[in-house]
Amino acid sequence: MQFWVNQSFNGISYAALLFLVGGGLTLIFGVMRVVNIAHGSFYLVGGYLGVVLSARTGNFYVALLGAALVVALGGAALERVFLRAVEGDDLRQMLLTMGIALFFQDLCLLIWGGDPFNLRGPVYFAHSLHLGPFSFPILRLFMIGAAGVLFVILWWFQERTRAGAMVRAAVDNAEMTEALGINVPVLRMGVFGLGALLAGLGGVIGSAFMGIYPGLDFEILPYAFVVVIVGGMGSLGGALAAAVILGLLDNFGKALFPEISYFTLFAPMGIVLALRPSGLFGRA
Amino acid sequence: MESVAGRAPKALLLALGLGIGLLALLPPSLPTYVVIVLTESLIYAIGAASLDLLLGFTGLPSLGHAAFFSVGAYATAVLVTRHQASFGAALAGSVVLAAGVSAAVALLALRATGIYFMMITLSVAMCAWGLAYRWVSLTGGDTGIVGIPRPRVPGVGLASGALAFYYAILALFVVCLTLYLLFIWSPFGKTLVGIRDSESRMRVLGFNVFLHKHLAMTVAGAFAGVAGSLYAYYNGFVGPSTVDLAHSMEFVLMVIVGGPGTLVGPVLGAFAIIFLEKMVSVFTDRWVMVLAAVYVVTALWAPRGILGLLGRAR
Repeated sequence: MQFWVNQSFNGISYAALLFLVGGGLTLIFGVMRVVNIAHGSFYLVGGYLGVVLSARTGNFYVALLGAALVVALGGAALERVFLRAVEGDDLRQMLLTMGIALFFQDLCLLIWGGDPFNLRGPVYFAHSLHLGPFSFPILRLFMIGAAGVLFVILWWFQERTRAGAMVRAAVDNAEMTEALGINVPVLRMGVFGLGALLAGLGGVIGSAFMGIYPGLDFEILPYAFVVVIVGGMGSLGGALAAAVILGLLDNFGKALFPEISYFTLFAPMGIVLALRPSGLFGRA
Repeated sequence: MESVAGRAPKALLLALGLGIGLLALLPPSLPTYVVIVLTESLIYAIGAASLDLLLGFTGLPSLGHAAFFSVGAYATAVLVTRHQASFGAALAGSVVLAAGVSAAVALLALRATGIYFMMITLSVAMCAWGLAYRWVSLTGGDTGIVGIPRPRVPGVGLASGALAFYYAILALFVVCLTLYLLFIWSPFGKTLVGIRDSESRMRVLGFNVFLHKHLAMTVAGAFAGVAGSLYAYYNGFVGPSTVDLAHSMEFVLMVIVGGPGTLVGPVLGAFAIIFLEKMVSVFTDRWVMVLAAVYVVTALWAPRGILGLLGRAR
């Protein structure tokens, strides 16, 4: 009983992290149709910046917001300068994001070296909440809470605001949206920045949770991609559902079959592709 | 996207003959180090050209080619170090396994097209990386498999010297290249180009598009397995880095830097990237930065590669 409760809780808190990374990617994907290989780099840079900012200011929340904002602005700038130049060509966009990803990978290695860093969050992150025989670490509760709040905000933004309606329109038909007088290029830049923001938040929270080290950018990327593929491209609800499924599978996989644990990613993707190629919540 | 192969087979054959002639005659007078780099380039050229069958000729932008390359490399490593397999047996085993994995992946990946196909192949390759990294009892995990001896080639004896091994690889390269050319000049290859240019037209004409794409992926996977197997012999070591994302993308880069859909282009691209890597590494540790710049420059200014630039200049 204890095993199942603990592993489920761990899986759901991991899912919170996966939602931050995959949710950002699904937004970018839905609006821009870009295979964004640099998405893991946003996570990586966000994590390192979070470590630096939290060491400088001593405040985790300042570091969290500061790092995420820097990453968001950087992402928007990259979209404006580079990606827009090759819009509409999948392969060129993908090569470009690969170049950007390698650049940041080497830059981070140059600045922060090869050693792993751990972000020391507030003191109470180390405590646990005790409920009968079970204990729930505050850090993991915070991750779940942060992802939950962000999901509600994003959902409200997409479904209930005018800007969100524009984004949805651009997802369905960018050309028509543009013809209606909506500035789609600016919208794209904004969405790319928003996706980067989410990945940056994920990076800071992730570095408090499991540390940050070179190579993590490409290690986290397939999780983000599988979240998008399983959930359906462009769907926030799908990303949340997929993140929960993957988080749970990954955790039980690691506990039960450690040797092939990474492969637990493959199983849900294979099943979804076989039965519903557009993803759980995707529109064909 | 007009293929050089389709436009001027005579010029192509002439260029190929000249290139292979140089590759056959020059090495004895070259320093050993250059011969070693040439060997690596030839192996990657086999791999990059096999990806061109998909990316350039069939219009399938597979981002997971390193997975099939690595299936070949790991299969050879396991067969040679644990089962003392001969060169022929290891090569055959690697090819069959790589083709099988490729065929299985194709069943899934081909349910999607375009950008979805790219994401799926990339994710599959990363899952393969995860297996290589974590399935320690089979793959040796992070340490990989070391101590793969050079092959005993019939007629040549033990190809232990750099030059003897080079000629063995060159011979296999010529065999692969001939098979590639026969493949793309065959009616089957022409059908693939037709699918690339207009899938719906080919479907209306009564072609089984899925089957053609599936066979193309299986064949490309088999040849990636050849390259992987040779790489295991060349390197003497196989580890998770052979299957990582950067490695998969490097194959894509080689194809595009050279010129997709030309077969010769990816071969040139493989030589260019490998030689660039070795030269840059002499001067600086920042090879990854240079590689990043190559990606960005290619994406922004040379999407049809070296041959594309040449064609435009003419």
